[in-house]
Amino acid sequence: MLDYATLILLILGAIFFFAGTLGLIRFPDVYTRLHALTKADNVGLGLIIAGLCLQAESWTIVGKLFLIWVLVLSSGATSAHLIAKSALHKGIPFWKR
Amino acid sequence: MQTFYLGLALFLLLNLVIGMWRILRGPTPADRMLSAQLFGTIAVAILLLLSQAMDNAALRDLALIFALLAALTAVAFVQRAWPKEDLEDDIA
Amino acid sequence: METLSFLAYAFDGLLCVSLLLIAWMSLASQNLFKAIVLFVTFGLLMALAWVRLNAPDVAMAEVAIGAGLTGALLLASLARLREISIVEIGTSNFKTNIHHTSYDVRWPLFIFLVILAMGLGYAIFSLPEHAVGLQKVVEENLERSGVSNPVTGVLLNFRAYDTLLEMIVLLVALLGIWALEDSIPHTKTILSSPVLDALTGLLVPLLILVAAYLLWVGAHAPGGAFQAGSVLGAAGVLLLLSGWQLRKIFSSFTLRFILVAGSALFLAVAALSMLITGRLLEYPPAQASSLIFMLESVATVSIGVTLITLFLSAFWEKEDKK
Repeated sequence: MLDYATLILLILGAIFFFAGTLGLIRFPDVYTRLHALTKADNVGLGLIIAGLCLQAESWTIVGKLFLIWVLVLSSGATSAHLIAKSALHKGIPFWKR
Repeated sequence: MQTFYLGLALFLLLNLVIGMWRILRGPTPADRMLSAQLFGTIAVAILLLLSQAMDNAALRDLALIFALLAALTAVAFVQRAWPKEDLEDDIA
Repeated sequence: METLSFLAYAFDGLLCVSLLLIAWMSLASQNLFKAIVLFVTFGLLMALAWVRLNAPDVAMAEVAIGAGLTGALLLASLARLREISIVEIGTSNFKTNIHHTSYDVRWPLFIFLVILAMGLGYAIFSLPEHAVGLQKVVEENLERSGVSNPVTGVLLNFRAYDTLLEMIVLLVALLGIWALEDSIPHTKTILSSPVLDALTGLLVPLLILVAAYLLWVGAHAPGGAFQAGSVLGAAGVLLLLSGWQLRKIFSSFTLRFILVAGSALFLAVAALSMLITGRLLEYPPAQASSLIFMLESVATVSIGVTLITLFLSAFWEKEDKK
């Protein structure tokens, strides 16, 4: 039963990672691509880690996995913010339709 | 179950390889940098899946180190390699 | 072929192909920044390759150094090149000059490399399928080494000589960089951002903690002095990049003491072991594990500070030296 839940969560996570990659390739400018990558970071990794937590043997492992997720979240958010801020300063234009 | 983890890891690696196109293409340096960020996250996910598939708990420590150092290259990029002064576009 | 081994082969195969591809693209790229980002990605994939080869210790060192510190160092160096070019040369053309070599040189070189590759391939494929090597010897003697992680046992006890030389090499590299001072002032365009400060506040204590954890865990699981030292180095580099100001520190005795401490202690232990057991770096088994831990602790701090100082060389302002 737990295995099925893990399966579903992992597959959903993989779908978000794929969405992130797709966004990276297809989106028209830097700012939108940053959006795509943070989706993969937060939700994609979050779902995968949630699935792996269900399979963990002890609470220590769950704690470690959760810590990894929080770190990737904060690093990802900060990197995206910094890159976007620098892009703004350099005057990289927004994509308009 | 193990098959599934490996299969998923393979799928993520494929995502990484596809994403490399953005490094080759990305008009601005920021595009290349943010692809590198995404690869870091994908690598964390691959490592966690491999730690289940190869049954090696040390790989989670490795994923932890990866997660900690993910931002370092982006910060170095923003602070040093992309200053606010105007430089010609052939730097990109 | 059953699914599991097929997937394993597919994963490894894709990894190999992309490693080669990235290496080639990184070297052939005319845009230096693109080459650096590709190189960082290469380090990342290399770490995955080490994992697949069942070498998590090496993968840890590769992650901390290759995908983290080297990326930051190369980017800072690129920034330096940019400054130098603007100040001295006056042009801003940062593409590498790939002048086309005449065919006379390239074809013999290519043939030579192909022959070399074939020779290497033959050597690798003619290795026995399951090479045992020294694994059994290491396993039998592991309890006498003072640790239960075979990698640490080999690095810090059986082949401590190599580790001693590695530490000295690191120190010499730093001295080499220090010897290459230049007098061109650096510009410091540090983007100050509260978000960055918050992240640094979260990451640096965690990095230091993880470094201590890796040092401790190295005795019985993948980890150890080099990995811990490089994580510590990464913490310092992050601090520097967030605007931590270091003033007039390089002539200070403390810094130089820390830098030398790791190698010096190693040398002292080597000399002592020579006196006690008559052979170089052969620890008495009773004190082996505490000796190893002491060596590793000092080495960690030494390596970390060396790496930070290496990075700092790209950051100096003219007035800050001496």
